[in-house]
Amino acid sequence: MSREDVLVTTQWAEDNLNTPGVVFAEVDEDTTAYDGGHIPGAVKIDWKNELQDPVRRDFVDKAGFEALLSEKGIANDDLVVLYGGNNNWFAAYAYWYFKLYGHDKVKLLDGGRKKWELDGRELTTDEVKRERTNYTAREQNLSLRAFRDEVVDAINTKNLVDVRSPDEFSGKLLAPAHLPQESAQRAGHIPSAVNVPWSKAANEDGTFKSAEELKELYEEAGLDTAKPTIAYCRIGERSSHTWFALHELIGLEDVKNYDGSWTEYGSLVGVPIETGAK
Amino acid sequence: MSDGCGAPAQTAVSAQEDTNGQVVVAGKVTGGDGPVGGAYVRLLNADGEFTGEVQASAEGDFRFYAAPGTWTVRALHRTGNGEATVDAEGPGLHQVSIPVA
Repeated sequence: MSREDVLVTTQWAEDNLNTPGVVFAEVDEDTTAYDGGHIPGAVKIDWKNELQDPVRRDFVDKAGFEALLSEKGIANDDLVVLYGGNNNWFAAYAYWYFKLYGHDKVKLLDGGRKKWELDGRELTTDEVKRERTNYTAREQNLSLRAFRDEVVDAINTKNLVDVRSPDEFSGKLLAPAHLPQESAQRAGHIPSAVNVPWSKAANEDGTFKSAEELKELYEEAGLDTAKPTIAYCRIGERSSHTWFALHELIGLEDVKNYDGSWTEYGSLVGVPIETGAK
Repeated sequence: MSDGCGAPAQTAVSAQEDTNGQVVVAGKVTGGDGPVGGAYVRLLNADGEFTGEVQASAEGDFRFYAAPGTWTVRALHRTGNGEATVDAEGPGLHQVSIPVA
């Protein structure tokens, strides 16, 4: 797999804003960014209200995903280009989610909303209306998704990559530094996990590093590329970013994202936790 | 609190603000003609490692909830980049302004 198979540049995006069969979608947690100005023609996907089940802690199910994409005007054979704020965290999460439900023609805008803005490219508040489709999803591809029992079993056997910041990994902070430090969970990390913050996979402008740079980064951190890998963070979106780097850019075959991540693991009764830097 | 990972809305601080025991690094991004809105502001630790990023408000305001230490705050904007360092020795508000050019 090459970079061009999974990423588009901001220039490509600008050149293809009106290409039939290409749909741009902005994915954010805080959709006021989209409402204040978005890439021309892009639809909005709300990470929390549209991709998460409103009651249980889980994704919307297959039928919910089908209803969502149909309503957004995304067809099964469309190429979906996802982008968003926070260095594409939520766009990467949505990308993983599209793959999980079997939508193969999906790419990320390299650098996301940040790169687009830093380039000084056009944003618009024009309302986007796309005609309804009749989208059909496949069953979740669980080879991409890790659940808690598998994570506990992976201690000392598979690669566990904790992609949070060093202070969250060591147990000094419970959340990223741009958030208030409120949380009910225990602090620390899963034993045997290596800490490679998601940000190391990205350049300052939000674009992904090259496959060669990424391979070197994870190997230096002690990742055994011959073994299966599980990535986690706090709520599963930063680890989607790393899942993208490992699975889509480096091309490792067995990589799962643990979307329960630290907010689940750090609240489980009886599981082992390590603190301190490594 | 936000239960996600998105930053809360970035707002200006008052020097008398009660930070509830947290270490807050906050300030404004400025240009030649005053505040610069919408810059991407990155918090780097003493080793230069990335710790967090927010997008400044339309008035150039940003804030981080950090741990005690020396921090570099770096701003990226389509008109240019800039950075400044701040010593945040303990709980309270640590203010810094970042010129970009």
